[in-house]
Amino acid sequence: MALDTSLSQDPGAAVSDAAAEPALVALVGNPNSGKTALFNALTGSRQKVANYAGVTVERKEGVLTTPSGRQMRVLDLPGTYSLRARSPDEVVTRDAVIGKLEGELAPQVLICVADATNLRLVLRLALELKQVGRPFVLALNMYDIAQRQGLRIDLERLSRELGAPIVTTVATRKRGLPELLEKVEGLVAARKVETENVWHEPAAGEIRAAHAEAQRIFKACVKPPERPDTVTGKIDDVLLHPVAGVLILMTLLFVMFQAVFTWATPVMDGIDGAFAAIAGWTSAHLPAGLVTSFISDGLIAGVGSVLVFLPQILILFFFILLLEDSGYMARAAFLMDKIMGGAGLHGRAFIPLLSSFACAIPGIMSTRVIDNKEDRLTTILVAPLMTCSARIPVYTLIIGAFIPKQTVWGVLSLQGLVMFGLYAGGIVSALLVSFVIRRVFWRGAVEPFMMELPTYRWPEPRNVLMNLWTRARIFMSRAGRIILPLMVLVWVLSTFPYPPEGATGPAIDYSFAGRIGNFIAPVMAPIGFNWQMTVALIPGFAAREVAVAALGTVYAVGGDGDAAATTLGSLLSHQWSLASALSFLAWYVFAPQCAATLGVVKRETNGWTWPTVMFVYMTSLAYLASFVTYHVAVAMGAG
Amino acid sequence: MSEAFALSPQFNPADTLDVRPLAKAGRGDRGVIVKVTGASGAAESVAAEELERRLLEMGFVEGAAIEVLHEGLFGRDPIAVRVDDTRVALRRREAGAVTVKFDGL
Repeated sequence: MALDTSLSQDPGAAVSDAAAEPALVALVGNPNSGKTALFNALTGSRQKVANYAGVTVERKEGVLTTPSGRQMRVLDLPGTYSLRARSPDEVVTRDAVIGKLEGELAPQVLICVADATNLRLVLRLALELKQVGRPFVLALNMYDIAQRQGLRIDLERLSRELGAPIVTTVATRKRGLPELLEKVEGLVAARKVETENVWHEPAAGEIRAAHAEAQRIFKACVKPPERPDTVTGKIDDVLLHPVAGVLILMTLLFVMFQAVFTWATPVMDGIDGAFAAIAGWTSAHLPAGLVTSFISDGLIAGVGSVLVFLPQILILFFFILLLEDSGYMARAAFLMDKIMGGAGLHGRAFIPLLSSFACAIPGIMSTRVIDNKEDRLTTILVAPLMTCSARIPVYTLIIGAFIPKQTVWGVLSLQGLVMFGLYAGGIVSALLVSFVIRRVFWRGAVEPFMMELPTYRWPEPRNVLMNLWTRARIFMSRAGRIILPLMVLVWVLSTFPYPPEGATGPAIDYSFAGRIGNFIAPVMAPIGFNWQMTVALIPGFAAREVAVAALGTVYAVGGDGDAAATTLGSLLSHQWSLASALSFLAWYVFAPQCAATLGVVKRETNGWTWPTVMFVYMTSLAYLASFVTYHVAVAMGAG
Repeated sequence: MSEAFALSPQFNPADTLDVRPLAKAGRGDRGVIVKVTGASGAAESVAAEELERRLLEMGFVEGAAIEVLHEGLFGRDPIAVRVDDTRVALRRREAGAVTVKFDGL
């Protein structure tokens, strides 16, 4: 179904245009309108994800070929309720729409994507687009649901009122796309002279007037549904129930964590094994020397250390995408808002903090959903306090070596309790730190919490998989670009210079890493760290779990895998006091022991200020926590 | 607000106007928005004018039908409301800027 406003279409222009530069088309729409689904349906796998110049807003562009053979570039602009931008994402949308976005061409045609069952708010956005004067097509998406509800929309009248062609689409079933493209081509070919841009940031009175106008159009063109959606209300009665809702959310999170850790383990072991095998093969088959060491210990181990977290991150993102596409994520933010708000965090910080349990890097990258700058920075600053999975090997090693396998109160294992305590310590300290940040540094700046609760929908598998693939690519390219060079740097630091002839100690003692470790060892002595522990911290900077391998190196425990870890564990239990071991654990709860995270923070905040703040506060907390832990333990006789 | 408490000898419950800020509404309360300002009565990080515009953009506009659907666990906050046909979640502090004439009494 497609309707046209009277536009002069010159077939000759279309032909000559087809050979020219591909036209640029931009998608605009409310959040939850199925805009990204439409983008995926239009461009398929021909997508590129990058950042807009100078800002950390994701730029998604795709290419498509219309039925008539014309190439088009499609830009998926961040979702918004109005052109009056409030977040960096919305600034991009506004500037792109008015054609003032730095480093970008102005789009020739806009596609305004609307949820056909929820037109009221998008009509006001469409009226704003009309003011801008750039030609646009209104895509009434999810039209099948509207039809099922018996919603009657007078498309002809609506098209006339808005002065834009209207096409009905079902993005998830690829319905209406040829018609949509035909309309877009029509507008491109018509070279409709843009009317003058009369858009300006509306004042409250103007928004009211626009609402009244939208309301008038809505009443004139839309008959209320004969069978309105009652399912969402019924589901919400359960999922937003003050008690049951919270319990369901907790259960859901528990299942998610189980999945992240249990499903991912075999794959992670496989990746780990594969990379160890590749590294082993290279060292065995290439002539021993610097280049081989660089390839197997630097490059291959570096790539492996990035890849090994991919399974967990994919599973986590899979759940997050399901929750987002079904409409539950907004409910989770609703349920968590009071708890998060008590600590000065925004309800939306929930998702990034959740992701940080797998790895702080995707967590920090996903803070982009938070509009307000202070809210976003607070979330970024506390995200690394969530116990990421890279800490687990370190925790397992130390707990296995020092905490006796005892049962407490008949059912609980002491080792498990200590592990739980470390997780809880991370969560509590994140809430406390954000509380302090919001009370001391950004006082009183409480951002309004207002969020649409979208209609529940079944997630579309194809769409979920495509978005998952996009997420995975972003993680691999960003993390890879940061982690890999760091791994190489750490390899250089722990390899050079070589030990002198006839040296007896392990080679790392003589390297830069060893020297740095020995140099700062006196500083670490008050918290119960010996010089071996301090030296192991330096390579551990590349990724937390590398510290385990580094301890193996300084204590000259050869080999790899479980046997080596067990040997190392029993060795440590003789070499370290319990107080030192506990202090080491406390250090790992707080220390910014991951250079990649700092790199991502630098990227996301566009400067070194916030990574520096993060490094300083986390190191201070770590030192303080280790100091207290060590001295309390010594006082209790564990020295 | 004054009408609600003006108990005259001719007091007739049908005339009573139950006009309250949305912040003071409970689950199941329905009515019509009569006034939207930016003054929520609490310290906001955004200017009153900005808060007003944000509320308007989410559909909180004079004349819109409103119903409180859900309340949070702690302090019955935040609340989920239906504004015309849109479901929106907001905190009670911001809901203080929306005045509603509730049905019946």
